[in-house]
Amino acid sequence: MTLLRHTQGGEITERQALTINPAKTCQPIGAMYAALGIHRCLPHSHGSQGCCSYHRSTLSRHYKEPVMAATSSFTEGSSVFGGQSNLLQAIENIFTIYQPDVIAVHTTCLSETIGDDIPQIAEKASEKGLIPEGKRVIHASTPSYVGAAPTGFANMTAGMVKYFSQSTSPNKVAGRVNVIPGWVEPADMREIKRIVAAMGLESIVFPDTSDVLDCPQTGVHEMFPKGGVTVEQLRAAGDSAATIALGPVCSGPAAVELTNKCGVPHATLPLPIGLEATDRFILELRKHNGGIVPQEITDERGRLIDLITDMHQYFYNKTAALWGDPDQLVSLSELLLTVDILPKYVVTGTPGKKFLRQMGDVLQDRKSEVQVRQGTGADLFLMHQWIKNEKVDLLIGNTYGKYISRDEGIPLVRHGFPILDRVGHQFFPTVGYRGAIRLLEQILEALMQLQDVECSEERFELTM
Amino acid sequence: MSESSTTSDMVLGGDASVTAAVVREELLRDYPAKTKKKREKQIVINDKQHGDDGSLQLPVVAANSRTVPGIISQRGCCYAGCKGVILGPTRDIVNIVHGPIGCSFYSWLTRRNQTHTPTDEHDNFMTYCFSTDMTEENIIFGGEKRLRQAIQEAYDLFHPKAIAVFSTCPVGLIGDDVHQISAEMKKQLGINVFAFSCEGYKGVSQSAGHHIANNQIFKHVIGEDDTQRSKWSINLLGEYNIGGDAFVIEDLLERCGIELVSTFSGNSTYDQFANAHMARLNTVMCHRSINYVADMIEKKYGTPWIKVNFIGANATAKSLRKIAEYFDDRQLTENVERVIGEEFPAVVEAQRKYRPRCTGKRAVLFVGGSRAHHYQELFSELGMETIAAGYEFAHRDDYEGRQVLPSIKIDADSRNIEELRVDADQDKFRESDRQQGIQREKQGYTLREYDGMMAEMKDQTLIIDDISHSEAERLIKMVRPDVFCAGIKEKYSVQKMGVPCKQLHNYDYGGPYAGFAGAINFYEEIDRMVNARIWSRVQPPWENGTPAADAISPLPISMEEPEESTNP
Ligand code: SF4
Ligand code: SF4
Repeated sequence: MTLLRHTQGGEITERQALTINPAKTCQPIGAMYAALGIHRCLPHSHGSQGCCSYHRSTLSRHYKEPVMAATSSFTEGSSVFGGQSNLLQAIENIFTIYQPDVIAVHTTCLSETIGDDIPQIAEKASEKGLIPEGKRVIHASTPSYVGAAPTGFANMTAGMVKYFSQSTSPNKVAGRVNVIPGWVEPADMREIKRIVAAMGLESIVFPDTSDVLDCPQTGVHEMFPKGGVTVEQLRAAGDSAATIALGPVCSGPAAVELTNKCGVPHATLPLPIGLEATDRFILELRKHNGGIVPQEITDERGRLIDLITDMHQYFYNKTAALWGDPDQLVSLSELLLTVDILPKYVVTGTPGKKFLRQMGDVLQDRKSEVQVRQGTGADLFLMHQWIKNEKVDLLIGNTYGKYISRDEGIPLVRHGFPILDRVGHQFFPTVGYRGAIRLLEQILEALMQLQDVECSEERFELTM
Repeated sequence: MSESSTTSDMVLGGDASVTAAVVREELLRDYPAKTKKKREKQIVINDKQHGDDGSLQLPVVAANSRTVPGIISQRGCCYAGCKGVILGPTRDIVNIVHGPIGCSFYSWLTRRNQTHTPTDEHDNFMTYCFSTDMTEENIIFGGEKRLRQAIQEAYDLFHPKAIAVFSTCPVGLIGDDVHQISAEMKKQLGINVFAFSCEGYKGVSQSAGHHIANNQIFKHVIGEDDTQRSKWSINLLGEYNIGGDAFVIEDLLERCGIELVSTFSGNSTYDQFANAHMARLNTVMCHRSINYVADMIEKKYGTPWIKVNFIGANATAKSLRKIAEYFDDRQLTENVERVIGEEFPAVVEAQRKYRPRCTGKRAVLFVGGSRAHHYQELFSELGMETIAAGYEFAHRDDYEGRQVLPSIKIDADSRNIEELRVDADQDKFRESDRQQGIQREKQGYTLREYDGMMAEMKDQTLIIDDISHSEAERLIKMVRPDVFCAGIKEKYSVQKMGVPCKQLHNYDYGGPYAGFAGAINFYEEIDRMVNARIWSRVQPPWENGTPAADAISPLPISMEEPEESTNP
């Protein structure tokens, strides 16, 4: 029995209006995730309660962690007259009951269509004395009819700069860099902090969901766990020597904002997933620590190279289909090419001008062998149609790929968001050299496992 | 005139001072005045007053009222109830969500509805997600053209039996006429195309969406196919086949010789809905999401309805017997008794095994519109007590029983949910079925009856409607239940407090829990949860002074002497 039985290959007709099996989701979930990376912050969804419920559920299913967020619970009345009174009441309730330091409001399609002015409402809340001393209400505008989840992440992250960062002196703090990690797992954020520290630098990483969405079991639920970038740090980000934005879509806007607002210079790099992308990150950090790369990091790199040489025979000339967020796809494609797997099909629903150019840079002379699609109509249905016409050896993407995987007998390596059917992925970084080791180990395991299951008896081997 | 049935307050947990009243006080303590006033009416002590005439007076629960903004609630939206819950489990309708991408994405396969297609040739669109993925331009200039085009593209690609369109919040606001477009496309394509105005801001919860969904199915689909059904034919209303529950029930009914015409909507098809009015009896599982459909079918076609419950072994046996009793046939009664007889030994065996391990433990249930009630059956079969419960989106009748229906006030949020006016269908009304119902009632059989959750719960337990996060957290701290039943949004915060949380929306990817086989699964699952060793290992053994310090020291394993070497 096939799961996706209505998907056929053959001639593919272009669709103008119907998205089938999307390779993206909406802005606010990205904003919510980013806001969870602020210490003692409660994300707030200004709209009907359904959006908030969906975003919390999806984040919880992925991280297997509590995801706390509130909503303005719009009624039909608020959708006509605007949601000001809802937000005022929400602010009062949240500060009274849940007592965060920061409420990070993001909008939804509904409140955006209505045109609610969040800063003005927050101002009103302040006038009415609903915001206790020292507490803050920040916001980001996140309509889903423009952009997608990474855009929401970017908008909320830029909002952190807008609301908090300050330049207190023209002299920046040498040896301190801001790192905007992009939408990666808590373990990735932890790993990025480790790498920067290993390079002898002080860092302000924001947002930072480590110790928020990978909390230890202690028998106590901390509404606001110990992790997250503090408001103090966000303020101080305006005095750092530089900002490194990892991933142009998710992290670029905040870095630009920080340059414009506080004069902190920035470099935008691809997400440090894979060998070359991590090399670039290390080289960038090296600009700020006097040019040193500690042996620890060099050894990690060496181990990755060693692993690749050991694994290469199994990767060579294999093909893969990838979907997800642009920042991830660019770096993943580069990693695959490094080990001689061709990223044959690459699909993202997230719009953004630079993606195709970046993919071109990564693919170079192999462009003609690869199909890349972005934006409307770039969905898993299309990718599956391509696969029906010409199969690949490997799928890399979120859980939704498992339906294609089973129908077509192609192994799936789960990566990106959301992963709804496996536990523990949030503990294992895929950034940095160590992350690449983990990723390649997963890829090889997937390929070998398939071979072990599917090969004929006489070809079944002990050593491989 | 009337008096309280028990004299002392029920102790919910911790020490004897933790009564429902004390807990209630604490849950309400820190709310701002306006919020407190509202929550006071939704957090209620189950103070059961028995009248001399045998009547039962229950306190009023202000259910189905709007969640206060800023409260961390369990609830979702109208759209979720309509598209996700009701239409989600039907496999052969192409469900197009008209709106930006998110609403559609989140309801894509996330509810665990299972379906069984007989062959690969049969349609199954449940694995697909269809959206018009509206852009800014559509929001500004209207999305009607895009919707029309999307319907056309879906038709060209899949040639389905029917296409359904769901409006999300922004669509309602910009005023796209989804019904008009659907009607036009229906004409143009020659298949059924219909729409749901289920924008998320309507009503106060998913419940509004159930209603909108069911109304449209009633209007557009039921009654389309008049194929005759057998004398023991039923519909199962309000069973959504989470984790395969409907499969278990289908199997039981089949073995009893009861024909299942349609299930609303677990493992269902369009054709089953179209033919549903030909069943002789409607059985209602989830009262909340669908009782009004049973009423409407009865009015229009004459089919009587009864409440059933297939959660719990005893409840399952009772429900099967009740169906047999309605049809009043010796053969059928024999069939039912035979099936119960076949199933029960395994149930008893499982109870013998798990009951001693669970008995005396305490559960709390905050979920859905019927499960917080139904699952109490299973807990009591394990010897466990439910000390507090509440629904996420039910109405007063689900708490207090159907007799309160006439006294429920319609507020602004409910007013915008259409109530269909239904009259008897001149051609299709079956007087014989109506008469059968009347006949059975004369003989003492009860139709259309549901007493609600509170009547079955113990006196002085705690009822919390639409529980908030802060209330849940305080409740846990005070009563330390052995298991907390809720959904995914609550799951991990509850467990962080060291209390296992059983998801009763999606069953934590387990199940089925319906019927006899399901009951056994559930006993085993609860045993696993309340007795898992890991909960006693949370405190590190080096943190002394913790109350359970002894219990948590590592197991003794003898290690005094090294193994003797085998080398000479
Ligand atoms: S309305 Fe917009 S914000 Fe809400 S779930 Fe849908 S797409 Fe996302
Ligand atoms: S936009 Fe409206 S319909 Fe969509 S998820 Fe949010 S509340 Fe529900």
